[in-house]
Amino acid sequence: MKFVDLHLCASWKDSEQARRLMSKSAELGYKQVGVPVPQGFADEAVKQMRQISEEAELDFVTRVDLAPRSPGELLAGLRKFRRSFEVVSVLCSSKAVARQAGKDRRVDLLCSVSFDPKRRFFDRAEAELASVSGAALEIDLAQVLTNLEERSSVGLFTRLRRELATAKSFGVPVVFSSGAINPLLLRKPQDYAALAYLFDVDAGFALDALSKNPAGIVERNRQLQSPDYVAPGVRLVRRMRKL
Amino acid sequence: MTRLVRRRYLALKIDCEEPVEPKAVSDAVWNAFLRLFGEVGASQAGLYLVGFDKEKKSGVLRCGHGALPMVRAAIASITRIDDKPAAVHVLRVSGTIKALNRKL
Repeated sequence: MKFVDLHLCASWKDSEQARRLMSKSAELGYKQVGVPVPQGFADEAVKQMRQISEEAELDFVTRVDLAPRSPGELLAGLRKFRRSFEVVSVLCSSKAVARQAGKDRRVDLLCSVSFDPKRRFFDRAEAELASVSGAALEIDLAQVLTNLEERSSVGLFTRLRRELATAKSFGVPVVFSSGAINPLLLRKPQDYAALAYLFDVDAGFALDALSKNPAGIVERNRQLQSPDYVAPGVRLVRRMRKL
Repeated sequence: MTRLVRRRYLALKIDCEEPVEPKAVSDAVWNAFLRLFGEVGASQAGLYLVGFDKEKKSGVLRCGHGALPMVRAAIASITRIDDKPAAVHVLRVSGTIKALNRKL
């Protein structure tokens, strides 16, 4: 099974921290990692990050985190960045943004800003939209770990349990990522799957959320961005030489 | 003769920059389990730290077969040991210590 962590918060300013995170990920059994690229970062920095991940024998995935304040801002961001990144995630800060992100086919991942129930918008209506558009629900497990440390986890478990049950019933793919900024918040994929037991998720579902679902998103987007892609289901197999 | 309680042995590896004591590891596992599953759950889990190597920062934890998913969840949720930032990774799970040593 190929395990993927689509949200590794490697620092773009501190290459040593990025190196430590990447080598820990590789040691724990991940094969592919997605690192959010801050807007306005040069190609050189991306190349350097790719090199660090290659040194750790990891497949590097470029990702952009859009945090729009309105649906219009989201559409502008998608127009600008969709073709430049392999994974596009949207931080849903309001219901209007969440609904727009849920129905847009260009969005890969739906994320929430916090675990505060008032600031999470993944409900049945959102799941119905996402099930048609193909967007996945992303949950950062390092964020869960830090929240467990800080406060009572009753509300957190209730909320996540409800969201995951909704996603399951509507067939919305779920992606578990680490979202780790510190190697000590990284866990083996099997340990993250064990943590998902707290949200009433069985081991098979959790392992799919750490492997098949994120890997599928990356593969689909790489195919779409390939120069051989023509249309859905149509791909250039061979180029003929000019006569 | 069949045993009344089927057991599971977990090989653990502690990720911490500072040295850790076996008692602190045991306390961290117990506290995480109690916080998540309460005293009734903990009483049914049969948690016991069988051995711990301070130099390698690795050890073997015993629990009941039925409590394994809960124990793994509790172990994954540990972020501090003795108030120092730490992570606990499960290397292997086995039904006997002998098989666990063979797998490692």
